[in-house]
Amino acid sequence: MSRTLRLARVLLSVQYAYMLEYRAEIALWALSGLLPLIMLALWSGADAAADLSLSPAELTRYFLAAFVVRQFTVVWVIHIFEEDALQGRLSPYLLQPLHPFWRYLAAHIAEQATRVPFVLAIVLAVWLFGAGASGWPPPSTWLLGLLVTHLAFLLRFLLQSVITMACFWSERAAALDRLLLIPYLFLSGLVAPLEAFPPGLRRLAAATPFPSMVDFPARLLSGGEVDLLGGLATLAAWMALLLPLYLMLWRAGLRRYAAMGA
Amino acid sequence: MGRYLRTLREFWSSSLAIELEYPANALIELLSVLGNLAGSVVVLALFYGRGHGLGGWSWDEALVVLGIYTLLDGFTSTLLQPNLGAIVNHVRTGSLDFVLLKPIDSQFWLSARSFSPWGLPGVLAGLALIVLAARRAGATPSLITLLGTTLLLLCSALILYSLWFVLAATSIWFVKVWNATEVLRSTLVAGRFPVSAYPPALRTLFTLVLPVAFLTTVPAEAILGRATIPWVLASLGMAMVSLGLSRGLWRHALRYYTSASS
Repeated sequence: MSRTLRLARVLLSVQYAYMLEYRAEIALWALSGLLPLIMLALWSGADAAADLSLSPAELTRYFLAAFVVRQFTVVWVIHIFEEDALQGRLSPYLLQPLHPFWRYLAAHIAEQATRVPFVLAIVLAVWLFGAGASGWPPPSTWLLGLLVTHLAFLLRFLLQSVITMACFWSERAAALDRLLLIPYLFLSGLVAPLEAFPPGLRRLAAATPFPSMVDFPARLLSGGEVDLLGGLATLAAWMALLLPLYLMLWRAGLRRYAAMGA
Repeated sequence: MGRYLRTLREFWSSSLAIELEYPANALIELLSVLGNLAGSVVVLALFYGRGHGLGGWSWDEALVVLGIYTLLDGFTSTLLQPNLGAIVNHVRTGSLDFVLLKPIDSQFWLSARSFSPWGLPGVLAGLALIVLAARRAGATPSLITLLGTTLLLLCSALILYSLWFVLAATSIWFVKVWNATEVLRSTLVAGRFPVSAYPPALRTLFTLVLPVAFLTTVPAEAILGRATIPWVLASLGMAMVSLGLSRGLWRHALRYYTSASS
């Protein structure tokens, strides 16, 4: 137990120091998640909010929450793993008595910590300029929201890790991420609240893990009405499905690993 | 000039040979283009299905804008991403030294060295959508209009190139900005929709600071026969200024390049 704690502390603090070195870049990266705010501008411009049973203030809150969720659920493990596997950097990691993915997970969490100031600045700016977004949900709501956001991040990390295993079979597996991004963009609730979808499409979205990644945490965070237990159960079910799949693929892939490069 | 054309042919045939090593990527790219297009059309339909529309544009006219966006995105994947995305690595590993020593213009080498055929499906899909949607919108472009649209599309491509190049060139100072280009790509997503759909403040931002308006809306208006002389001139001016700026910044940045030791 104490070894685990020490490991976690060292991994996180090393990765945090490393990420701080690149804070200028992370600031830029925080800007790259502006899509929900662009969509907010479009939705409020089209005054379609009235049809959605969402008031303009609720719409603003929803997209602002979606923006925060997006910021703290960014996952890039497939790109870094592809590079590490191709250049042979994975080999020394494999020799250590620690599953390499803990290292990547720590890097993601450290990067999120570096992001906090930028996200706060952007949220404050939108809050000040965004007319109508009055009222802040109570602390219990958004603390729970942040917790669920973190669970959503873990689900996304797990899903991308499963896809990442294709790196053992192909040298250009990171291209698969482009495919994974499409349903994530359009079905997760990032571009439109799910109420706006026609019923058929909404059912299709609900059958995928993507709404758990944005819609569910964003709704919690914005203080909307949600089926908390149902949402948590969906999250847990997807994780329970993906984790064994990931472990299986990892074992199969590792046997094929040829330790290219240096 | 002839020397540059000859070099370009060698560059592109060699990178084509490399890319054709990975035929599976063609399928991934094709799926990703089609998926993105379908998703964008669905989002557009969410706005139009309720009879609200976007910024006074009809459904078919908005599809022309989407077509131009898809075309430019294909252009990005074909030329900008593979070339300008690599500048950062040249700076980080110091291999920019070898580029600077070559008896050819360094900006040309960096901008044209690679060619990825996987962006071509996007280019073709974009062109097809533009022609189809413009015809359905009732546009009967004369030869002059067609030439003018081509010129404006060329301006869009130049503006886009300059934006990418300027961002990539800042890696001389910041070293690690591979995400900067991601920022650009995701902010330019705003160009999927006519610029008049945004609130006035954002409209100004998208015209003057991030020239999203010139990238997609202005060429779309041209093919629909609604171009006005001031906008065409502004677009030409914007293209010239941004191209000049990218050239000037590159010359300036090189003075700060200190190479890297490995």
